Amino acid sequence: MAETRSLEARTPAERPLSPHLQIYRPMLTMMMSIAHRITGFALYFGTLLLAWWLIAAVSPNGYARFQWFAGSWIGRLILFGYTWALIHHMLGGIRHLIWDTGRGFGPSEREWLAAANLIGSIAITLILWIFVLLTMGGS
Amino acid sequence: MSAPKHIRTPLARVLGRGAARSGTEHFWHQRLTAVANIPLTIAAVIILITLLGRNQAAVAQILGSPAVTIIMLLFIFSITIHMRIGMAVIIEDYVHDESSKLTLLMANTFFTFAVGLAAVYGILKLSFGL
Repeated sequence: MAETRSLEARTPAERPLSPHLQIYRPMLTMMMSIAHRITGFALYFGTLLLAWWLIAAVSPNGYARFQWFAGSWIGRLILFGYTWALIHHMLGGIRHLIWDTGRGFGPSEREWLAAANLIGSIAITLILWIFVLLTMGGS
Repeated sequence: MSAPKHIRTPLARVLGRGAARSGTEHFWHQRLTAVANIPLTIAAVIILITLLGRNQAAVAQILGSPAVTIIMLLFIFSITIHMRIGMAVIIEDYVHDESSKLTLLMANTFFTFAVGLAAVYGILKLSFGL
């Protein structure tokens, strides 16, 4: 009786699959869509740094450890990446909110929005870091 | 054979519960938190920049002040809800094995609650100074 019910044991039919990423020519809008997901994924784990920073601020020793990490080259690289991911995901999110209103789907509009997303995120990240490094006195 | 008068299944008619009206909850919450995240992230980044280069005592005092604490708490709540839904979508898109998918969805909830509460603990300890 039990054998007749094992439907999941049957091998699925070899049906054609819909074309995926490797079939299409890479396009800016496609790359920005992927970047939005990757930056969201990275920011998810980046919250560990946010929690560490807030807990570290409770004690001088803990904060010294966080500052040592944040000042190291690997720490700065991660924080730079975190800044870019945050800005890129936020601008990408604004793009999605524009789409939610039914606007911005035209051929030139979506290309323009994708380019603005990328250029804007890089520009804002660089401006923030240059501002911070200049006001903090270099290094 | 006449056309059916309605398209509801016999089970649905017997149960008589109607539509669940909760199908768009995640979609809506993702938009709601996305909108909230914009001003909250800008505020959090400004707070972070003003704290750079200061010693622990000054950082603890500023982070623990009422306005900054409330902004940081709202920021943590909003991003934690947003990232839980976002990661669930990624898992549902790429993990098709049922047990792996359920395990990862549970891990997603555990992680977001743990990291969110850890951040809340830090900011509340600074604010209340317990």
